[in-house]
Amino acid sequence: MTLPADPATRRPALGLPAGVGNPVLLVLVIVAAAAAAASGFVALAPNRLVSGRPIGLLSAAGAAPTIAVAALGALLLAAALLPPRKPLHAAAAGLAALLLLSTLAAAGDAASTIAAAAGPAARVSLGAAFWAIAACAALAIVDQMQRLRAGPALRLLTVLAIAGGFAALALAGTFDQLAIAREYATRHQLFAEALGRHVALVAGSLGPALALGFPLGIAAVRVPRLQGPLFAVLNTLQTVPSIALFGLLIVPLSALAAALPGLAALGVGGIGPAPAIVALVLYALLPIVRNTAAGLAGIDRAVIEAARGMGLTQRQIFYRVELPLASPVLLAGLRIVMVQTIGLAVVAALIGAGGLGTFVFEGLGQYALDLVLLGALPAIFLALGADFLLQTVAALLPFRARR
Amino acid sequence: MIALDHVTKRYDGRAVVDDLSFDIPAGAFCVLLGTSGCGKSTTLRLINRLIEADAGTIRVGGEDVTQLPPEALRRRIGYAIQSTGLFPHWTVADNIATVPRLLKWPAARVGARVDELLELLRLDPAAYRGKYPHQLSGGEQQRAGVARALAADPELLLMDEPFAAVDPITRDALQGELAHIHRSTKKTVVFVTHDIDEALRLATMIAVMNDGRIAQLATPLDLLERPANAFVSDFVGRHGLGLKLLSVRKVADRLRPVGQCAGDSAEGEPLAPETSLRDALSAMTQRHTDRLPVADAEGRALGVITLSDLVR
Repeated sequence: MTLPADPATRRPALGLPAGVGNPVLLVLVIVAAAAAAASGFVALAPNRLVSGRPIGLLSAAGAAPTIAVAALGALLLAAALLPPRKPLHAAAAGLAALLLLSTLAAAGDAASTIAAAAGPAARVSLGAAFWAIAACAALAIVDQMQRLRAGPALRLLTVLAIAGGFAALALAGTFDQLAIAREYATRHQLFAEALGRHVALVAGSLGPALALGFPLGIAAVRVPRLQGPLFAVLNTLQTVPSIALFGLLIVPLSALAAALPGLAALGVGGIGPAPAIVALVLYALLPIVRNTAAGLAGIDRAVIEAARGMGLTQRQIFYRVELPLASPVLLAGLRIVMVQTIGLAVVAALIGAGGLGTFVFEGLGQYALDLVLLGALPAIFLALGADFLLQTVAALLPFRARR
Repeated sequence: MIALDHVTKRYDGRAVVDDLSFDIPAGAFCVLLGTSGCGKSTTLRLINRLIEADAGTIRVGGEDVTQLPPEALRRRIGYAIQSTGLFPHWTVADNIATVPRLLKWPAARVGARVDELLELLRLDPAAYRGKYPHQLSGGEQQRAGVARALAADPELLLMDEPFAAVDPITRDALQGELAHIHRSTKKTVVFVTHDIDEALRLATMIAVMNDGRIAQLATPLDLLERPANAFVSDFVGRHGLGLKLLSVRKVADRLRPVGQCAGDSAEGEPLAPETSLRDALSAMTQRHTDRLPVADAEGRALGVITLSDLVR
């Protein structure tokens, strides 16, 4: 594609023809279509350790699923070109959800067909075209939800509907022949343990981080002199690379365990969950302290003044006025921290803390990318799920964060 | 009702309130008037102990305020401020109910009181009870703020420039309602403002403050006719003094009672006796007449006021 030479003709609406109702959706459809045409929908490898040969959508999935995916894409293209209206956004969101689920089904069916022909050692993994179409469909859903100004109930319903469709496909065995599912099948016991351990690492570090960070944030607001040194320390901690911090903690914690056998008996040591949790707590402190302080400092002084003037005690002012008014900012901080901790906990597998990172590093070691995905995808969905949950809670607060 | 006795408050060695002594009798509407930084707000906040005095005593209803727990003292005193300080996460009803709930009134009494106050401040209870502050206009927020200050029926009301941030038309209406509330409830009000016209309209006594001291404590009329010193006469201003004088006198002071002078009658919408002479002059100018009837709230004719009565 060549750009027009004259900047004047390129300027209006990024060179899109006038009258495009939804440029975002248009770009998504074009990207997905280009990816579907140019790259493999799935990849076939003779075994799990070598990279596969890409197979296009039509030859991998057959005529009917290809037509279904193409038809949904065409309908979304039409929706992008029409003038924006509410029913259109709702329809486009539904179409995009259908596209996501039919792409998943097409990939699963393609894997079953190809694997049956190729023998038991062969692996069918997901290709670039699949990821592009799925990502574009997901982004289109998000975009349409925003244009619909969907409330928390509608968003939750949409997520549940898509998750339900995915679960139904999974239970029907649609995905069983995909390489990632076969990696899962040989490890489902380990997977459950790793997922549980991952959640435990996150919960185990968020608890102390909140118990520590929340009072520190309050102290930072009440005692302004404290702010400089406190944030200097926390900012410095945040700049230490995570792998380095995990490594640095091995020495003091093994020394501690050696000096105090009681602690060692409790599982504290240079490697394992203890240094992981210590590091995750340290990383979580900055966002928690910063958001607690910002949330409390952002409250209109007149509100506090009025509360005092009416005879509320310090305690009543804190629990009835400051805490609820700061809660949107506090929840925003909690969202950041949860997403960050779920991601960082993957790295904690390096020092033997377990969790989903185990699969990521094992997969990297074997160059088995589907095993990497088995660790990475659940971590991503865990983070997205936590973020969505807290966003819903924030939206259900009885008042807006800003006035 | 309130007695200040040699009260001093210093910040960084500078006296913001300097050896201040004065009494406010029960039922008075006392306006603390002055430019910013003259100590008027500080004086107000010393009364409910949002600020603690460095020296001197303050008595409210005969009791030394330092002998009471500050929260208990404040729950007995209504407090309204310029930016309203309404709790943004509470409905109007919850905001108004703040102090009654702190005082553990039964729920039914709280609900009845909220509706009563909304009606007093001309906010339809059914429409406004469940609204949040951000859904109200500036004037409505201020009404809710005043209702909240009045909620527990306090004997004393402290107001810190409550109408400074609203537009002139709304301010005029709010002043009228506050004057009405003061007349009908006989509460003691201490009101801080820098607006001389607002002070003249509302006050029964005005304390003009300068550099933490009282430059003059007088009735509005005395303040205009006999300013105690150059500062007060400058502050009051020579400009439009006649109109200011009209604004502090009431129609009731000048009206010709019914039957006193035969043949005196006037047409048109009657004025209330508590209307200021300034508003009466404005009404005459507007209606192109030199005489207007005066009637009480029940519509009974009280008499007539003429243009010459205004300047008599």
